[in-house]
Amino acid sequence: MKNISIRNNISSALRKLIDGRHFVIGVPYFWFLILALVPLLIVLKISLSEMESTEVSSLIEWANGWPTVKLNFASYMFIATDALYYQTYLSSLRYALMTTVICLIIAYPFAYFMARSPKHIQPTLLMLIMLPFWTSFLLRIYAWKTLLVNNGVINNILMSLGLIQDPIAMMNTPFSLMVGMVYSYLPFMILPLYANLSKLDMRYLEAAADLGTSPFKAFWLITVPLSKAGIIAGSMLVFIPAVGEYVIPELLGGSDTLMIGRVLWDEFFSNNDWPMASAVAVVMILLIMLPMAIYNKYQAESKA
Amino acid sequence: MATAPKANIVREDLLRVEGVTKIFDGAVKAVDNVSLTVATGEIFALLGGSGCGKSTLLRMLAGFETPTKGRIFLAGEDITDLPPYKRPINMMFQSYALFPHLTVWENIAFGLKRDGMPRDKIAERVEKMLALVQLTKFAQRKPHQLSGGQQQRVALARSLAKRPKLLLLDEPLGALDKKLRETTQLELVNIIEEVGVTCVLVTHDQEEAMTMASRIAVMHEGYFMQVGAPDEVYEMPNSRQVADFIGNVNIFDGVIEEDEADHVTVRSAECMHYVGHGISGHSGMSVGVALRPEKILLSKEKPTGDYNWCAGEVVEMVYFGAHTTYHLKLASGKVIKAQELNNTRDLSYGLTWGDTAYAHWNEHAMVVLTQ
Repeated sequence: MKNISIRNNISSALRKLIDGRHFVIGVPYFWFLILALVPLLIVLKISLSEMESTEVSSLIEWANGWPTVKLNFASYMFIATDALYYQTYLSSLRYALMTTVICLIIAYPFAYFMARSPKHIQPTLLMLIMLPFWTSFLLRIYAWKTLLVNNGVINNILMSLGLIQDPIAMMNTPFSLMVGMVYSYLPFMILPLYANLSKLDMRYLEAAADLGTSPFKAFWLITVPLSKAGIIAGSMLVFIPAVGEYVIPELLGGSDTLMIGRVLWDEFFSNNDWPMASAVAVVMILLIMLPMAIYNKYQAESKA
Repeated sequence: MATAPKANIVREDLLRVEGVTKIFDGAVKAVDNVSLTVATGEIFALLGGSGCGKSTLLRMLAGFETPTKGRIFLAGEDITDLPPYKRPINMMFQSYALFPHLTVWENIAFGLKRDGMPRDKIAERVEKMLALVQLTKFAQRKPHQLSGGQQQRVALARSLAKRPKLLLLDEPLGALDKKLRETTQLELVNIIEEVGVTCVLVTHDQEEAMTMASRIAVMHEGYFMQVGAPDEVYEMPNSRQVADFIGNVNIFDGVIEEDEADHVTVRSAECMHYVGHGISGHSGMSVGVALRPEKILLSKEKPTGDYNWCAGEVVEMVYFGAHTTYHLKLASGKVIKAQELNNTRDLSYGLTWGDTAYAHWNEHAMVVLTQ
């Protein structure tokens, strides 16, 4: 009897797998498994192994016909004890947070007026937001370099106008880093905000006005709370990649602007220490995912 | 019989609209030179089809639109140029516009907080409002957790919380289903009367206007066609459009033959009409004779007399439960509707498709329409 029921279960599971509905839902899951979860597990595995000359050690060793799992936490211990890593993580999070906040401050009015502009010019405005993507990302970051260096465009103009005597040192400072970060990530904040704000029902604002709310107050009491989902989506889209950003700090940042992306690069390619680099990456992922998980839990609870 | 004066209390005018016109985009005349006064405590309905300008007029009262011409006065004060948030007027929006991120309690308290009312006073007022609309138990719910009828009551409580001088209702029952609408109509009127607030309501539903309002303005293409009490507008429409818009009506085209002080006779292609009241017209004038379906009696026997009856073939019968509407095709080809009460359980007239029936009515059933 039990065998039959198991067989039935298996065959029904198989049928479910093949039927269209499950197949369609299954494809993205499969994709996620192959392209995100498996690589992540490989990184996790490497982080727990040791470097043996040029090879990464295997986690499982065979002794007397029995497998023994050998986990090496040395990399994690090193991260936990060396102040450099701690400072770098903190500074990465700080730069990413600053980027997110500045992007939000610039993007919100941007998205707001886009959403309020006449319907027929909105596609054009949207196009203009995405226009920079048509040029290579690297090229655009290099362009900032020519603008910001001591004998660059901005300093030359300011000096020729007599506003300054000596060039302002902007390049390779936290300032140039922030300029590059905000510039690069701004569209990722504008787009979700615009999508959200353009859907805002104007009747809520009318109802607020009707109940005695000035337009300025109504913005804070109605528009901002109702665009919370857009603010969160935009902030996630900016914050998460900004934490691990490598190219912008490398090109625009100074030697003192610590970002975890550069440490990661150094571990991989200068020190050739793959377990260490992987451990750095795993800790970074945890740092980003933890607040997200907490937020999601809170969101689910407030909905229930 | 001595007739008592209709209203012996002199009510002062709360709202006065003087020659208000609204032109959109320099061309479309949404509201065309409308004037009206609403007395304190009145429920005034703006009734009309879509695009008749009733909503635009309401939005001008609320302050969301500015009149192109004309002035609006509230309690003697010119409010034409006041922004909506400075007017002592509150509105119950069509499909309510309850703030989705706030609870029922916070929605009702929203306007009070803007006025800087002390906390304990706000709590007291909100509790009172919740009790008024019987939603005390739902104070902490969000709007999406409520049924349509409950949302409607929250919207009402929110618009009444500030004790406005004037309450505006935009299609107040439009989002409810028919059964709920009937009970809510009376509930709404009871609450409004209990609070004693003056009301202007906009609706396209003539039944809603008639049951709720003390006066109705029938709007068409931006102007008022007729203003009057519900029974006035229904029983004495002043034009074909009003007669046609409010309820069902049969209109006979004819010419006045006799024009006396106490009666007129009208000859139409279908029959002779004897109307038991005088009108301002003259013999030979072409008029319409309006006759409501429920005022027509049907019989199988030919009526005696020369006036106010005609014969026709039953071409359609529509059973409504409480009454049945018969469609009679007259000799002229005109189809009239007659509505008969089903006051016994067997269909009392015994009429069916193809039967010849005689429609007759008395001399006070008709209204002569001169325009």
